[in-house]
Amino acid sequence: MSWANLLRAAVCGLMLALVLRPEWFEPMFAPFAPEGAAIIYDRASLLSLSLSHLVIVAAASVAAVFVALLLAILVTRPSGKAFLPLSRTIANMGQTFPPVAVLALAVPMLGFGSGPTLVALFLYGILPIFENTMTGLSTLPPATMEAARGIGLSRRQRLFQVELPLALPLILTGIRLSVVIAIGTATIGSTVAARTLGEVIIAGLLTNNTAYVLQGGLIVGLFAVLIYDALTQLETFFQKRLGLAH
Amino acid sequence: MFAVLGLFALFAPFLTLAANRIVAGEGIPVWAVAAPEVTGPGLIAIALSLVLSLPAALPKLRLIGAALGIVALVWLLMQGSETLLQGAGTYARVSLGSGFWFLFAILLLLAADALSYLAPGPLTRGVLLIGTIAALVLILWSGALTDLSIFKEYASRQDAFFDAAGRHLGLAFGSLAVAAVIGFPLGVLSHRNETMRSAVLPILSFLQTIPSLAMFGIMIPILAWVGTTVPGARELGVAGIGFLPAFLALVIYSLLPVVANTVAGLEAAPPAAMDAARGMGMTRNQRLLQVQLPLGLPVMLAGIRIVLVQNIGLAVIAGLIGGGGFGTFVFQGLNQTATDLILLGALPTVALALVSAITMDILVELAQPNTTRHQ
Repeated sequence: MSWANLLRAAVCGLMLALVLRPEWFEPMFAPFAPEGAAIIYDRASLLSLSLSHLVIVAAASVAAVFVALLLAILVTRPSGKAFLPLSRTIANMGQTFPPVAVLALAVPMLGFGSGPTLVALFLYGILPIFENTMTGLSTLPPATMEAARGIGLSRRQRLFQVELPLALPLILTGIRLSVVIAIGTATIGSTVAARTLGEVIIAGLLTNNTAYVLQGGLIVGLFAVLIYDALTQLETFFQKRLGLAH
Repeated sequence: MFAVLGLFALFAPFLTLAANRIVAGEGIPVWAVAAPEVTGPGLIAIALSLVLSLPAALPKLRLIGAALGIVALVWLLMQGSETLLQGAGTYARVSLGSGFWFLFAILLLLAADALSYLAPGPLTRGVLLIGTIAALVLILWSGALTDLSIFKEYASRQDAFFDAAGRHLGLAFGSLAVAAVIGFPLGVLSHRNETMRSAVLPILSFLQTIPSLAMFGIMIPILAWVGTTVPGARELGVAGIGFLPAFLALVIYSLLPVVANTVAGLEAAPPAAMDAARGMGMTRNQRLLQVQLPLGLPVMLAGIRIVLVQNIGLAVIAGLIGGGGFGTFVFQGLNQTATDLILLGALPTVALALVSAITMDILVELAQPNTTRHQ
């Protein structure tokens, strides 16, 4: 698998170079920029845009993970069982809402800037994690649960030592889905004046400067792919530890 | 719980009245939108619908209550917007307030909750869906809500709206059709050939990861280059900006669900059924068409559902690169800070996505082979 790691290192390096030393790529992007226009985006540093992009995604995702886990645990306890069918419906139907529409609808209520983007990412990010955690916690092997009860674990112990670890791979899949959507939606957040890498792409679209579009698009694309890959690795790691992998 | 939330929502501003379409409006509570003898019955109906939701054991009652509440909401909207506009100036706009949205959301949740308890069969759900759409169309057609700001936005760009709707549907369904034509054979090949599968699926999921705005952006130079270098391409309308880059990006996003679910669907046929088919002397293609395809149909349709919902949402972004669709209104509205113009783009998109999702869910259920239903 070392070629995969080599590829990972190369992609990482390319991304860092694009963010930190954009001027190196000037000859590459030059043919795409209109005559006389700037080739490399210079209205804000790409590093600060990237960091702000990642901070928005991370903040929304961390909050979403907490809320989603809490809600999913609540509706899978015996006392919350009454809400389980409704929760399924909400998670299922809620995810049909386009993320862009959620973002656009957040603006009238919250105004422009990073705030509405953060809220939209958070709200939308809850759903995949909630759905997967709910599925994970309600489809545990009955024999295992019986055994856990048999060895005298309390409810709380069963939750933390048996149920959550067993549901972990599925929970992580949900988190990965949610984070990847968040990275993409944050890009669109720039249309409502959030400080993200989408700014570069949109500036390019508005001024017909394809060099900007490519630059922003490449960095965001690489971000998404790298984070997706890292989370997939984490998932396989936990699956192996649980002995679920082949 | 819903009843309590609903009572709180009754006190939030139901409609807002603004001097023109840009400025923030002044909130008006539900009992003040019209004369008391008009709002009274509406309020009583909403209160009744919330009370009907209290007995947990009677989901049918809750469903009727939710329907009653929604009818009352629409009635209050009709009366309220007309009364408020009287003598408020030519440019005055009446928009939906937070109170309306909360009540609406609560009533929809009540209905969804009742329905998830009743668990109606696919045909009943289909009838309910068609009934709801028919009621919606009837309300919109009757012109009862034309006083609301969102319909004024609609009235001033009626042609553009239907244009955008056509574009949006063309983008979402057209790309699905192309993706199905490419993806289905690709799925069959990947199912038969292990090496191919291990190459195709990771590449497609890699493409799926790329944020949509980046993907749309990257399509632009590629198509612009094709348009200028390939002879005849420009005459066919190949250009960097417009319909085609959006369409292509959507096709690329659609491939993974189509291919992955085709592979999963073909593998869903139980080994016993495959053995029996082989024993009957069926050829490989006969097995594919007569055994694997019917058995795997629900899984493949589930893939189509994912694509459809995803594409309807992503097609909004086409509005940014001149690809048309409802996204045009969303981004115009964002630029002009005109909330109701954003809604004019966003609400049809959401409705379209919901209707497609529910329709596909019904189809998936109908496609389930009888054997699994009896088990």
